[in-house]
Amino acid sequence: MGCAYTLSKKGVHVKVDELKTDVGLFKNLELSVGRIIEDKWTEPMGPTPFPEITTIRDWDMKLLQRYKPFYLPYCDVCCLCTFGKCDLTADKRGACGLNMADQQSRIVLLACCIGAATHIAHARHLVEHLIEKYGRNSPINIGGLNIDIEAPVTRLVCGVKPEKLKDLEEVLEYCEKQVTHLLSATHTGQEGSNFDFESKVLHAGMVDQVGMEVADIAQVSVLGFPKADPEAPLADLGFGIADVSKPTILVIGHNVPSSVGIIDYLTDKGLLGKVEVVGICCTAHDITRYSSMAKIVGPISWQLRYIRSGLADLIVVDEQCIRADTLAEAQKVKTPVIASSPKNCLGLENRTESSSEQSIADLVEGKVPGVLILDSDKVGEVAVETVMKIAPKRNKFKVIPKIEEIIEAAKECTECNECRRACPNDQSIPDAMKAAAKGDLNPLAEILDSCVGCARCDSACPNDYPLHSFIVKAGEEKLWNEKFKMRVGRGAIQDVEIRNVGQPIVFGEIPGVVAIVGCSNYPQGGKEVAEIAEEFAKRRFIIVTSGCAAMSMATVKDEEGKTLYEKYSGTFDAGGILNVGSCVSNSHIAGAAIKIANIFAKRKLRANYEEIADYIYNRIGAVGLAWGAYSQKAASIAAGFWRLGVPVIVGPHGSKYRRMLLGRKDKEEDWYAYDARTGDKVYVGPAPEHLFTAAETKEEAIVLIAKLCMRPNDTSKGRAIKLTHYIDLHKRLYGVMPNDIHLYVRNNADIPITMKDDILKILEEKGWKETRIPDPTLLPRLIRKTKGE
Amino acid sequence: MGLKEEPWQKAEIAGPKKALLILKPEVVATMVKRAKRPLMVVGHLAAEDYSEDAKMIDYAIRISNTAGIPVVATAHVVSEFIKRGFYSAAYMPAMDIGDRLADSEWKGLDGNGPYDLALFMGLPYYMEFVILSGLKHFSTNLKTISLDRFYNPHASWSFPNLSIKDWKDNLEIIVNKLGGN
Ligand code: SF4
Ligand code: SF4
Ligand code: SF4
Repeated sequence: MGCAYTLSKKGVHVKVDELKTDVGLFKNLELSVGRIIEDKWTEPMGPTPFPEITTIRDWDMKLLQRYKPFYLPYCDVCCLCTFGKCDLTADKRGACGLNMADQQSRIVLLACCIGAATHIAHARHLVEHLIEKYGRNSPINIGGLNIDIEAPVTRLVCGVKPEKLKDLEEVLEYCEKQVTHLLSATHTGQEGSNFDFESKVLHAGMVDQVGMEVADIAQVSVLGFPKADPEAPLADLGFGIADVSKPTILVIGHNVPSSVGIIDYLTDKGLLGKVEVVGICCTAHDITRYSSMAKIVGPISWQLRYIRSGLADLIVVDEQCIRADTLAEAQKVKTPVIASSPKNCLGLENRTESSSEQSIADLVEGKVPGVLILDSDKVGEVAVETVMKIAPKRNKFKVIPKIEEIIEAAKECTECNECRRACPNDQSIPDAMKAAAKGDLNPLAEILDSCVGCARCDSACPNDYPLHSFIVKAGEEKLWNEKFKMRVGRGAIQDVEIRNVGQPIVFGEIPGVVAIVGCSNYPQGGKEVAEIAEEFAKRRFIIVTSGCAAMSMATVKDEEGKTLYEKYSGTFDAGGILNVGSCVSNSHIAGAAIKIANIFAKRKLRANYEEIADYIYNRIGAVGLAWGAYSQKAASIAAGFWRLGVPVIVGPHGSKYRRMLLGRKDKEEDWYAYDARTGDKVYVGPAPEHLFTAAETKEEAIVLIAKLCMRPNDTSKGRAIKLTHYIDLHKRLYGVMPNDIHLYVRNNADIPITMKDDILKILEEKGWKETRIPDPTLLPRLIRKTKGE
Repeated sequence: MGLKEEPWQKAEIAGPKKALLILKPEVVATMVKRAKRPLMVVGHLAAEDYSEDAKMIDYAIRISNTAGIPVVATAHVVSEFIKRGFYSAAYMPAMDIGDRLADSEWKGLDGNGPYDLALFMGLPYYMEFVILSGLKHFSTNLKTISLDRFYNPHASWSFPNLSIKDWKDNLEIIVNKLGGN
């Protein structure tokens, strides 16, 4: 019997290679207090299994030294405890001793804890639900033979290889514990350093990534979603996508079991095709991964316009990003609501244990505006039976006003500007109302394109005009004709795809991987993300997408009527546009970067976080763009990428996240790395320049993406390609050459041939000197040979 | 127009320390003249708002030419400066210039030392709001002025909410008092 004991913070750990007992022969058995893991993973344990909140702090500090926080306080005070309010203006401190930098980083940590807790709780619910339905021993299988590394994030962070659903429970326990610790650090009188708050932010992001991965691999494994399929089917998407002659169920949220319950019930009763099931936000992603009969309305910003248009005869909400006034809005159009998540009960009576017949009868007769049902099968039954009965009664009742009503109202508009001053995108609603009063509804219709559907204009209007509905009505014709195709979420990236592109990415010959993800709080509407995606797909970058951004990207067609998903391949390769799926599928994007380090570069994966992050940071030209990011989940998702060394750009509204992580290219001393071959410290240039920044315009985002794809490890050929894109885009969109080319040219071979003369002139002006291309790392322990050896 | 001292986007409340109102545009000219190292930060809306005959960018160019104030064009608006024959604008993202201005050690675009006055215009209201806040809290010797036609409370000084006409009149006075025409 080979046997090893370790005593760690996690308790007594016994590893037994082989054990013969009366019961039988056990191989590779690991015992810990309170748990048994069957460990078939032969890779030796790496340095940081199940890292605690300070385990990876040194790595964080390396990043934070380069990318120092620039805080953008929303207000000047703190009101988190009864000592307050405390005025923290400039160098003032609060009653607890906290200063403004500490407070801002603390708020960022709070946001990331909320985000991480949301994904992890979502994962917990899914795993428990799926274990109950499919059994603890259901295998994890997210890509069959195409995927060996089924859970790259979990393996990297925790050092375990989950094989069955039950194995995910231990991973979630770890995540839950971390979030509790992290949240506790935000209590008054805990952490007192903004840099340590920031390190904890990164930790929150990392465990969030684990939580997301657990959620998605659990659902992909057992619910029959596409398994790492580049040719996942195309789903219908758009406002006018439902056959309005049929009863229509609208599902909103992120956690799919209740929607699955609906599809299953329809299937069991032979009713498929008799009822429309349409979705908004990530539940729509996941239900189209589950069933080809489901359709997608659009991103979260389309909730109100769809509800008010009366098209949904019944609404089922689960969790996350659902409007808090869904029930009130639904009541206005006589649409019953079923709440199905303990996190979002909407004040409704809990009918989980009641008879379905009673709930159906009460909903159909309008005795209750909605019910809470915390059982997905029962949700399916009650939703379908109710919608069939209520649809004919409702007759698509809507609260969208008639044109004449808008014109009459517009005549009474006082041009007080309250609507515009409430609008996040500063829309000229008063001017549009002025035009409407004269019968011209075009200006109102134009607002719809950049409207994020918040209805703050409605709330602000002293005349109580339902302005959002006015805007929807004015733009109705276009809206109704909106029918698009979106490739449904494919899930993970195959190992073989990684093998094919690993080298060209790391050498820089595929100029970058651009992850266009996140919510729909856009400054100018969703079409900008489609434009950005196509710009880079044409340039042979790899475009990965998820969430609402993946949907917005589908809402543009070319002259032939094709969307990006119909024009570009879904393969993880140059020029591909891949939808990985819902919010929790973002983990596959991190997973792809991790797999490049592991599969292509053969870096050890198991609990080896720092080394893999160092690899990704220095070599993989990946950039995240969350153009409409608004949520706390988006904050924690971004934080997970930062810790892995992947820069993230947000749209202008993202400036309200209160802090950027910005590099200073003008400080030469910030940009030195070790050459792992020699141990020398080598200037590597500001690549990537920032870890987190908000771009003001689409043009700025495009130029930044091209620039942030550069990495110290680029070969000269790769760097020349990346520079070509950066310079070309800069010249086209800014009308001038970039002013920092000299920082990115390391030797003559880096210079793009077609621009050689111009660039040589610039280099001369700037007094440029050649630098060498090292084997870059920030980790001294990875230096293979030190001087004098 | 809304109340003069209210933030244009009504929920963007700041304080206790709030921007002083610029009630007389001459004051801006005086502050610019007194400043040792002034700088102008111009966002992309400068070329889009407010109307054809009252573009912020044209005033930015006139102020810069008159008073010799360097300009940092954010986002892609440098192309608009060039289209107007103004070639000396530096360019960098709004977050980058905000970050540098917050750093009292930054030696400026020309390497001659930190700025003591930054005039802002043309950024999205909320973005300017948070950047001005970052500077209010974290810069040491910098004063900021918002020259948009809306009250932006995190600046040191800001115009109140103004009509396009009043805003234009104010900018004309500033250019005039700085010695331009
Ligand atoms: S947490 Fe600190 S700064 Fe905030 S209100 Fe309490 S004492 Fe004041
Ligand atoms: S609903 Fe649209 S127009 Fe109204 S305030 Fe929100 S974004 Fe502006
Ligand atoms: S808030 Fe109402 S009354 Fe005032 S300008 Fe807007 S639409 Fe007109």
